[in-house]
Amino acid sequence: MFAVLELLPGNAAQVILGETATAESIAAMEEKLGLNQPAAVRYARWMGGLLQGQTGISISYDTPTAELMAERMQVTLPLAVMAMALTVALALALGVYAASRQNKAGDVGVMTLSQMGLAIPNFWLAILLILLFAVHLQWVSAGGFPGWTEDSGGGVWPAIAALILPAMALAAVQTAILTRVTRSAVLDTLREDFVRTARAKGLSRRQVLWGHVLRNAMIPVLTVMGLQFGNLITSAIVIENVFVLPGIGRLIFQAIANRDLIVVRDVVMLLSALVILINFAIDVLYAWIDPRLKVTHG
Amino acid sequence: MAEQGFWQRARRHSSFVAGGCMVALLILSACLSLLWSPYPVGDIDIPNKLALPSAAHWLGTDSLGRDIASLLLVGSQNSLLVGFIAVGIGLGAGVPLGLLAAARRGCVEELVMRAADFTFAFPALLSAIMLTAIYGPGLVVSIVAIGIFNIPVFARITRGAAQAVWSRDYCTAARAAGKGPWRITLDHVLPNILSVLIVQATIQFAIAILAEAALSYLGLGTQPPQASWGRMLNEAQSQMFQAPMLAVYPGVAIALAVLGLNLMGDGLRDLLDPRLARQR
Amino acid sequence: MTQVLLDVNDLRVGLPTARGWAQALRGVSFSMAKGQTLGLIGESGCGKSLTALALMGLLPERAEVSGSMRLNGAELVGMAEPQLCQLRGARMAMIFQEPMTALNPLHPIWKQIAEPLRLHQNMAVAQAKARALELLERVQLPRARERLDAYPHQLSGGQRQRVMIAIALACGPDLLIADEPTTALDVTVQKEVLVLIQQLVREDGMGLLLISHDLGLMRDQVERVMVMYGGTVVESAATPELFAHRAHPYTQGLFAARPRLGLPRGTRLTTIAGAVPDLVDLPAGCAFADRCPQVQADCRTAMPPLLTVAPQGPSEESHLVRCPHWRLP
Repeated sequence: MFAVLELLPGNAAQVILGETATAESIAAMEEKLGLNQPAAVRYARWMGGLLQGQTGISISYDTPTAELMAERMQVTLPLAVMAMALTVALALALGVYAASRQNKAGDVGVMTLSQMGLAIPNFWLAILLILLFAVHLQWVSAGGFPGWTEDSGGGVWPAIAALILPAMALAAVQTAILTRVTRSAVLDTLREDFVRTARAKGLSRRQVLWGHVLRNAMIPVLTVMGLQFGNLITSAIVIENVFVLPGIGRLIFQAIANRDLIVVRDVVMLLSALVILINFAIDVLYAWIDPRLKVTHG
Repeated sequence: MAEQGFWQRARRHSSFVAGGCMVALLILSACLSLLWSPYPVGDIDIPNKLALPSAAHWLGTDSLGRDIASLLLVGSQNSLLVGFIAVGIGLGAGVPLGLLAAARRGCVEELVMRAADFTFAFPALLSAIMLTAIYGPGLVVSIVAIGIFNIPVFARITRGAAQAVWSRDYCTAARAAGKGPWRITLDHVLPNILSVLIVQATIQFAIAILAEAALSYLGLGTQPPQASWGRMLNEAQSQMFQAPMLAVYPGVAIALAVLGLNLMGDGLRDLLDPRLARQR
Repeated sequence: MTQVLLDVNDLRVGLPTARGWAQALRGVSFSMAKGQTLGLIGESGCGKSLTALALMGLLPERAEVSGSMRLNGAELVGMAEPQLCQLRGARMAMIFQEPMTALNPLHPIWKQIAEPLRLHQNMAVAQAKARALELLERVQLPRARERLDAYPHQLSGGQRQRVMIAIALACGPDLLIADEPTTALDVTVQKEVLVLIQQLVREDGMGLLLISHDLGLMRDQVERVMVMYGGTVVESAATPELFAHRAHPYTQGLFAARPRLGLPRGTRLTTIAGAVPDLVDLPAGCAFADRCPQVQADCRTAMPPLLTVAPQGPSEESHLVRCPHWRLP
């Protein structure tokens, strides 16, 4: 990360201050950023600070980025969790359903829906949702976030209500993709020999589906879920902007707009760490599901 | 069983036909709008702003009085441009890299793949946003950003498909006959992976359109007065309470374009390599 | 009089394929007594595996089945799925050709054996696990106790096939169908597994339907052999009778094609000219007509009926042949 920012052409200070900066302010900024020290030293200081739990100090907000990020995560994390929960529930159900009704009406219906889900830009869906639920039906507000605690003007339920539409918008595309993957994973698994063995034992089609097929089909599905996580994060950036939610997505967007490179750097690092963490969790899940991946003890 | 006439089979394939029609519509709109549109796109007509659909303005006007129908038509140029250039960059740089990686195994391959993985790790839109922030917003920057992200995609696909071809017997035979790796690549590998590349290109085209729409929506892509569907959505959002339909039209345009490309891509995949078409 | 375990009468199966409708089975009839061992032999594509799948009710959903199959008197054709599920695994069991892929890689061995026990006999988990151990010992799986918790990928092909046999035997079925059980195994292991199957079948008094393309296997393993070609049975006889006297031109061709040790150098291997017919495109008459060295005009007009070569007691034990021009060599 650091390397990438280093490599970017253009003096960092200059970029931050924009083209109208004077020579003096550039010098002052350089001083503040410690740019007059060699790169290696700066990197060491940054890593050292990190390990001690200190992150950089945002330029625009003048507060440690850690605080900023923690505050914003209160919005983004629940949003992501809600979206993923919706996605998984819907996609698994639809995918299995489509696979069991292969090439019949149910399957075609689900596949068409998912094609449309893939084609719709998520921010457009968000706007449409707002149009329907906030403008027309007036069930929820059109944007903004009231906060989790009541003294900040919100509460648990209002907070969740504010996150429902964004979560739905986020979930839509993910569901479309995951439904297709689930369906094809289930179809592939159904063709395996052990399914025939299971039926020969006298298991009904449904028993075979739940007991044998699903667990095996999960493996490719998990892979895709892991890959989709990065996708989820970027979509969150856009969606948070649509709904004006004070989350990480909006933070990074504003930081980029304000050229607050420190925030950008730290947030990107946080996100990358998250991606690594999620992929690691998925690897652990793999090993739990598939005994072939466990280290055999003789 | 030799090709039973590509076009004959194509005509019977419902996805391909549906998708093909939508894409044709897109291309037609773009070509048409190069020559004519109901109103010039830059025409601001404030007294007539937010008008409802009428004979004069088929889809109404936006907050600055610009004709929506014209904006949509001209916007198609934008989308097509983005798609072509972004995919072009991806193909132009990604395919040779992939071919190189497959032809020269070993550390060259490792290097190329690691670089591809590295770029993958960065969420694409995020980096596109960063690039536009640093170099300033605009159509060119966003196209380049999207294009750069196509490179690892195509490199990976190319290498995967090329590897499969390299391991086939006729390549081994060619090597035994003394053909050099470049000749083999051109004569044997490339023709055989073309179908995979074409399918992927259609998919990436659709992704490029979506990405550019997102960037424009965020204000980082096409700048006014150029027409852009994404930006139209942004402007529509602030008018949501007064003129809700404004938010619908550009979205429909984007969705149709992407849907058409996706359907065409699926259809192409089935038609070009029936072995790939699993039981759908 | 021995009880009739299985009675199949004019079984016909049609399947939709990519190239059109295929009449895969064109009238298969045979019967099997309780405890009898029956072999089904033929080349790929003759319909032998399909017969087995039809018996088990495991054909694809779009297959059309007509005729009659009676297991212990109960009619299987047209039986509702829930009833078939009750019979499968409990009264009739099947072991398949590919032991490497026939077991679920994610479930431990004991669980896969316990499954039919818990399903059909409502056994509790602990009891089922104990019974699984007994079964594994019965199929002579070495180190059975340790292997209970093992996963399929930790066993060899022969070991997995033993597990498959254990699964099939779990509920003590009346009929065991073995579809090429040793084809995918190493030669050294093949004999062991076959001997094991023989032994278990004898001990439990099960009926055995052994399907194979290997003539040599049939000689030692089954009491009676049926030869299939083009979706129907073309000859059936008691094993020693068949090996001594062959009536149908196809069977004669099969036997002649066996490579034998000790022949003088340079002897050409005999083959049967032509290729197996495409089941989508079957001729109206005898399916073997195009390849038959003794073919005559009436062979192609209609499917020949089963004729008796040497009646011996009840018809199940006679030597039957589907050829109007049969001749013993």
